[in-house]
Amino acid sequence: MAVRDRIEVLEQPAEQRKNNFNEVALGYNYDMAKEEAKRCLQCKVPTCISGCPVGIDIPGFIREIVKENLEGSFKILKSYNYLPAICGRVCPQEVQCEGACVLSKVGKPINIGALERFVADWASENNVQFENTEYSKEIIIKNNKKRVAIIGSGPAGLTVASELGKRGYQIDIYEALHEFGGVLIYGIPEFRLPKSIVKKEIFDLEKLGVNFLKNIPVGYAIPVHEILEDYDAVFVGVGAGTPKFMGIPGSELNGVYSANEFLTRVNLMRAYKFPEYDTPIRVGKKAVVVGGGNTAMDAARSALRLGADVTIVYRRTEAEMPARKAEIHHAKEEGIKILTLATPVKYVGDENGNLIAIECVRMELGEPDESGRRRPVFVNGSNFIIEADTVIEAIGTEANKFLLSQFPDLKTNKYGYIITNEYGQTSIPKVFAGGDIVTGSATVILAMGAGKSAAQGIQKFLED
Amino acid sequence: MFEHSDTINKIISKRKLSKGIHELWIFNPFVSKHTKPGQFVIIKVSEKGERIPLTIAETNGDNFRIVVKAVGKSTYELCSLKQGDILFDVAGPLGKPSEVKFYGNVLVIGGGVGIAAIYPIAKALKEVGNKLTVIIGARTIDDLIMKDEFEFADRVIKATDDGSSGQKGTVIDFMEEELRNSKYDIIWAVGPAIMMKFASEVADKHNLPIWVSLNSIMIDGTGMCGGCRTLIKNEKDGEIKYVCVDGPEFDGRYVDWDSFMKRLNQYKEQEKIAFERYLDQIGDISWL
Ligand SMILES: Cc1cc2nc3c(=O)[nH]c(=O)nc-3n(C[C@H](O)[C@H](O)[C@H](O)COP(=O)(O)OP(=O)(O)OC[C@H]3O[C@@H](n4cnc5c(N)ncnc54)[C@H](O)[C@@H]3O)c2cc1C
Ligand SMILES: Cc1cc2nc3c(=O)[nH]c(=O)nc-3n(C[C@H](O)[C@H](O)[C@H](O)COP(=O)(O)OP(=O)(O)OC[C@H]3O[C@@H](n4cnc5c(N)ncnc54)[C@H](O)[C@@H]3O)c2cc1C
Ligand code: SF4
Ligand code: FES
Repeated sequence: MAVRDRIEVLEQPAEQRKNNFNEVALGYNYDMAKEEAKRCLQCKVPTCISGCPVGIDIPGFIREIVKENLEGSFKILKSYNYLPAICGRVCPQEVQCEGACVLSKVGKPINIGALERFVADWASENNVQFENTEYSKEIIIKNNKKRVAIIGSGPAGLTVASELGKRGYQIDIYEALHEFGGVLIYGIPEFRLPKSIVKKEIFDLEKLGVNFLKNIPVGYAIPVHEILEDYDAVFVGVGAGTPKFMGIPGSELNGVYSANEFLTRVNLMRAYKFPEYDTPIRVGKKAVVVGGGNTAMDAARSALRLGADVTIVYRRTEAEMPARKAEIHHAKEEGIKILTLATPVKYVGDENGNLIAIECVRMELGEPDESGRRRPVFVNGSNFIIEADTVIEAIGTEANKFLLSQFPDLKTNKYGYIITNEYGQTSIPKVFAGGDIVTGSATVILAMGAGKSAAQGIQKFLED
Repeated sequence: MFEHSDTINKIISKRKLSKGIHELWIFNPFVSKHTKPGQFVIIKVSEKGERIPLTIAETNGDNFRIVVKAVGKSTYELCSLKQGDILFDVAGPLGKPSEVKFYGNVLVIGGGVGIAAIYPIAKALKEVGNKLTVIIGARTIDDLIMKDEFEFADRVIKATDDGSSGQKGTVIDFMEEELRNSKYDIIWAVGPAIMMKFASEVADKHNLPIWVSLNSIMIDGTGMCGGCRTLIKNEKDGEIKYVCVDGPEFDGRYVDWDSFMKRLNQYKEQEKIAFERYLDQIGDISWL
C-alpha cells in the first residue's frame, strides 16, 4: 500500500527567523489540515491513542476535521486535554502519538500535533468556547462546597484545575511568580510557544470557576499548616526548577548564566525587548551553551536571536543528544554550531570579573552507563580554549526545594522528589503531587497526565 | 480569606526620609501577616518593569513598610509613585528570617538605606532580651534616616562622615571603637556592600560572627534561576549559595566580597541606558 506523503507545515525561513522571536512553525491552513487529516486510516484499534499520555481520541478529532466539523473536533480535544494549543506545539509527538501511529512503519505518521494545534488555534480565532456538559448540574453543585488548593501553575497544576474545575470543585491556584504557566511562560521561548497562546488557554480555566492567585510563594506568604487547615485537598505541582551548575572554577563570573536565568530573563521578563522592558540581559558577541537537551536548544536559539554567534558544547555525540531532533535541525538551520565530545573545565575572566574565555577538554565515549548511553570520559591533556563572553549552562535542573523546605513532613526520595502512589497521593493523605516535582524533569504532557491521575485521586479521596 | 482584592499592593502612605530615600507603606495581607525580620519582597513597579528585591522594614496589620533608595530606573520609578497608586506585583515574604535569639551583647550596624533593613532585626533582638548597641551612619545628618526610631536599644551611636550629628566618622570607625572597649557576642551589619565588607574584616579580626544581608541582583527570588548566587568561602575552596533562598543573611567573614561586588556591576551599561531613557521621559527629578 502506498502511503501518501505527509503535508509539511509552513515555517518562517531560517534567514528571517533568526532575527526575530516570532513563532517559527506557522502551522497548517484549513486546506492543508484537511489533506493531512484525510491520510488518517481511522484504525479500528488506534495505536496512536496508546502513545498519548492523556489518551486523546485521536482518530475521533481527526475524523471531524475531514467532516469539516471543527467545532466538534475541538470539543473532543478539549474534553481530554485542556491545553491543546500548547500540547500541539511542544509535545515530543515523535516518541508519543506519532511514534505509535501505524503509518510510521510504512512512511511518515500523521502529523497529529500540527492537526491538534490547527483545531485549537481555529477555535481561539473564532471564539469557540468549550461548554462544560460532561457533568450534570447536580454533581457540580454537590462538589461546590469542597475546596482544593493547587500550588504551582505549571501544566500539572493547570490540569488538576481543569479536571476538578469541570466537576465543580472550588479551586484556588497559587503561583509564586507574577505570571501563570510555569515552564510554559518562563522556560519555553516565544518562537516555539507564543505567550499570548499560553495566556489564552490558561484563562479559559476561569470559566470553570478556577481562582488564580499570583505572587504568592506558598510556604512563605501562606504557611503550609494554614493551607492544610483551609482546604479539603492540596495539589503540589511546583516543578523541578532549581538549576544545577557544573561548579567549575569561574562559575561566579559575569556572563555565566544558568539556562533558567537566561530564559527567565528572555521569556518571563521580555529582556529581548530591553529597554522597552526594564530587565537587562548580557549577550556578547560569542556565546557558548553547554548541554544537549531542549533547554540547551532553547537557550542557544534565544542567544542567537539576541545577536550572538552561538556554539553548543556537548560532551557526547549528536546521536546521544536528548533534544528533539526537529529542534536540533532548526538550530543548525539557523547557523548554530555544535561542538561535540567536549566539555568546559574552567571559566576564565578579566580583572572586572567578566568572562572572556572557556577552557574545555576533549571527551571520548567509554562503556555504557545506567542510562544505556556510552559514558563520556576525559581525554587527558587535550585541553583547549574557546573565546566567549557569555556561557549558558543547560545541564539540567533538580527538585524545587523552595516549598518543600517549609514542608518537612512530606516524604521525598533521595533526589528530593516527592514520593506518591499511582494517584499522586503523598505521605500526607490530603496532599497530592504530580509533574516534574515527582518524576524529575520530564515533559508537558507527562505533567498533564500526572495532573489527570491526581485529579482522579483527589476526587476519590473527597468522594469516598 | 484568600481572595483577590482591588486594593492589594496599594500605597497607603508615602514619606520622604531624606534626599533620594522614601518610605512607603503598602497594603498586602499575604506579605504583612507572615513576615519575620530579615525577609524581603520582590516588587515589579509597572507592567514592563523588572523585579527588584526590597527588605520589609516593618509590618502593621495588613500593611508593610519599605524604605527605598533611588539608585536607578526602577527605584526612581518606585519613589515617584504617590499615595493611592497600586504596584503591579509584590511577592513575598521571601528569604530566610534572621536567627533571632538570646546571644547576650549584640552590636547592630546600619549604613545608609541599610538602616531600614536592620531596624526589624534590631527590634526583634531586643525583644528576646539581648543587650543591644546600635550604630547607624550616613554621610551627613540630612542623609541619616530613621535616626529617632532606635530608642528601644540600650545605646545608639549616630555616625556621620562630616560630624554633622555630633559624632564624626564612619560606622566602621565606631564599630572598631566598640569592639576595642566592650565584649560582644555577635554582630549584624547591613549597608552598602563595601561597608559590609569592611565590617566583616573587622569582625574577623575579633573572631566574632557577623551577619550581613547580601543585596545581590535577583530575578525570581525563589531559587529558580541562580542569578543571585554568591561564592561563600570555606576551608578548602568555596561553595555557591543562592542569596534569595539560602540567605539573604550570611556570615560576612566567609563571603567572597571581591566576586560579590563585581557581580553587582554586571548590568552597569544597560542600567545606564534604562536610567537615561527614564530621565528623558520624566524630566525634573529635583523633588527627589
Ligand atoms: C527550557 C525548557 C524547555 C522545555 N521544552 C519542552 C518541550 O518542548 N516539550 C515538553 O513536553 N516539555 C518541555 N520542557 C519540560 C516541561 O516544560 C516540564 O516538564 C513541565 O513544565 C513540568 O510541569 P510542572 O507543572 O510539573 O512544573 P513547572 O512547569 O515547573 O511549574 C511549576 C510552577 O510552580 C511554581 N512554584 C514553585 N514553588 C512554588 C511555591 N512555593 N508557591 C507557589 N508556586 C510555586 C513555579 O513558579 C512554577 O510556575 C521544557 C523545559 C524547559 C525548562
Ligand atoms: C535582599 C535585598 C534587599 C534589599 N533591600 C533594599 C531596601 O530595603 N532598600 C533599598 O533601597 N534597596 C534595597 N535593595 C537593593 C535594591 O534591590 C536595588 O537598589 C534595586 O534593585 C536597584 O534597582 P534600579 O533599577 O533602581 O537600579 P539599577 O538600574 O539596577 O542600578 C542602579 C545602580 O545601583 C547598583 N545596583 C544594582 N543592583 C543593586 C542592588 N541589588 N543593590 C545595590 N545596588 C545595586 C548598580 O550597580 C547601579 O550602579 C535590596 C537588595 C536585596 C538583594
Ligand atoms: S494510528 Fe495513525 S492512522 Fe491510525 S488512527 Fe491513529 S493517527 Fe490515524
Ligand atoms: S534570584 Fe533567582 S535564584 Fe535567587
